[in-house]
Amino acid sequence: MEAGHSPFMSNIRVLVAKPGLDGHDRGAKVIARALRDAGMEVVYTGLRQTPEMIVHAALQEDVQVIGLSILSGAHMAIVPRVLRLLRENGMDDVAVVVGGIIPDVDAAELKKQGCAGVFQPGAALEEITGFVRSVARAR
Amino acid sequence: MLHRTLSGIPLENHYGPDDVRAAEPPPGEFPFTRGIHHTMYRGRLWTMRQFSGFATPEETNRRYRYLLGQGQTGLSVAFDLPTLMGLDADHANALGEVGKCGVSICSLADMETLFDGIPLAQASVSMTINSPAAILWAMYLVVAEKQGAAWEALNGTLQNDILKEYIAQKEFIYPPRPSMRLVTDTIEFAARQTPRYNPVSISGYHIREAGSTAAQELAFTLRDGVEYVEWALARGLAIDEFAPRLSFFFNSHSDFFEEIAKFRAARRIWARLMRDRYGARDERSTRLRFHAQTAGCSLTWQQPNNNVVRTATQALAAVLGGCQSLHTNSLDEAYALPSEQAVTLALRTQQILAHETGAPLVADPLGGSYFLESLTGQLEAQALDYIQRIDGMGGMIAAIERGFPQSEIAQASYRYQQEVERGERLIVGVNAFTHEEPEPIEILQIDRAAEEAQVARLRALRLSRKNDAVESALNQLRKTAEGGGNTMPALLDCVRAYATLGEMCNVLRACFGVWVEQAVL
Repeated sequence: MEAGHSPFMSNIRVLVAKPGLDGHDRGAKVIARALRDAGMEVVYTGLRQTPEMIVHAALQEDVQVIGLSILSGAHMAIVPRVLRLLRENGMDDVAVVVGGIIPDVDAAELKKQGCAGVFQPGAALEEITGFVRSVARAR
Repeated sequence: MLHRTLSGIPLENHYGPDDVRAAEPPPGEFPFTRGIHHTMYRGRLWTMRQFSGFATPEETNRRYRYLLGQGQTGLSVAFDLPTLMGLDADHANALGEVGKCGVSICSLADMETLFDGIPLAQASVSMTINSPAAILWAMYLVVAEKQGAAWEALNGTLQNDILKEYIAQKEFIYPPRPSMRLVTDTIEFAARQTPRYNPVSISGYHIREAGSTAAQELAFTLRDGVEYVEWALARGLAIDEFAPRLSFFFNSHSDFFEEIAKFRAARRIWARLMRDRYGARDERSTRLRFHAQTAGCSLTWQQPNNNVVRTATQALAAVLGGCQSLHTNSLDEAYALPSEQAVTLALRTQQILAHETGAPLVADPLGGSYFLESLTGQLEAQALDYIQRIDGMGGMIAAIERGFPQSEIAQASYRYQQEVERGERLIVGVNAFTHEEPEPIEILQIDRAAEEAQVARLRALRLSRKNDAVESALNQLRKTAEGGGNTMPALLDCVRAYATLGEMCNVLRACFGVWVEQAVL
């Protein structure tokens, strides 16, 4: 990362994670790079992370935001577990943002359970980076 | 508007005789740039093969019978993620994933249900399975055996392309070298026992979906093919014993001419590699046969009806490029697995191309076009350059271990996304011509009942089978895997004893270890 790239540099730390068995990491990688180019510090977990591994990494890396990328349809089994583990670990201040193939009805339910935001296919990178920045600074 | 192809090749305003080298030989003649058969689709139309599978084996079996009833001519099995990862449906990491992205198959009993009432002696079945491919193929062979179908007569294709898993699709279990040994076991077994079956479908589709350019898809796929050839030769097979049964699978993306050029270049490169680098004498070894699928990643969540149009033009490119079989994506691709209505429309798209457009009547109808021939040459040159670089690294496994193809794809995918972000590339309904009203479409929902049914069925199987027979078959598999022999006979015996997929993969995990990738951003 170039110094002085952004006034927000190193203020915002984000964990980008791929939970579940899904190997489709194109979106996660593009988002990780876009967040980095927008001046945030990004930790990418790689594939096949359990909710426990993700929450542990979020704690170790002291991030304000967790971005979860799920394209396999398993989001309703995975995201609520991440939210619950965060609460159990007293990490309610970490915002969870989900991206992937998430039907409207599931997106509404996930937000009700405490997801800060859900992004569906076709969302613009600028919209996503702006949203992540806003939830991170609100914390 | 960018004057570049989707993959970034600069385009002239128009092309002329100076852009074209010597005329290509006619279709059906080496190096088959113009097609692998002289008569192409006059002789036989491409196989219309919709990739399909969801929920339980019973439900998928019903979908297969429906598709065959609608005039589909081949089957293509989509497995769920636990199956692709070699996990039984009741494994902790399978929670929430069973039957979601495909059908769940845990044992021979499930495979028997999947093909109930479908005679494998006549069917042409493709199975999209990679890391546990040898195991699923053993299940398929035992179902055929039980149906009384001779193995020598079986037609079909096993995807079994582990290299593109490390490069793009990421459904790997074991490290590359033991995985390559398993692939080589199937190639060897097929050469001896199933002469009409394709044991590997060397796949660019997933490489392209992961964000590669057309040239990268071409290069990495063909170089993967070279790697399988090298391993089979090292096993002691002669080139013409197995090369005729190597098959390919490409993406048919949105840039119409670039895709047609890519298919033509693929045939030309492969034919020359097989003849000149490996000394193939049997002409069948030099003919690149391929399945095509339209580009799932090009389909949008916004204005989903537009996807029908995208799929139709992509499918036409595959036909004009001389594919042997084709899957057309459904309009609800960005939402879910296809509904019955959506998959029927996708199949009808192929039938309209086949019977109404006239496109199949002339072999390689665009051959000789100044533009297309020039583009074919450019894609060939770019691909050969990549192949040479990977040869220089010591082959594809070495290139994968250093993250080379992964990183090239990640760069290309990010570059493309930035072009979309800046509005240099317009995607109708996404960053241009948008409107707010949602278009409601019917979506296939997979409920948790499928997972519960699969888990219950699996637990009942474990109680009803002869567990000492299972143990002894698994022990034999362990001994074979630890030694150097071909694992197929031991896997067939495990399958016959109703050992589960997870049990067999666990034996192999213990012998081979598991692969954890170093993520490349």
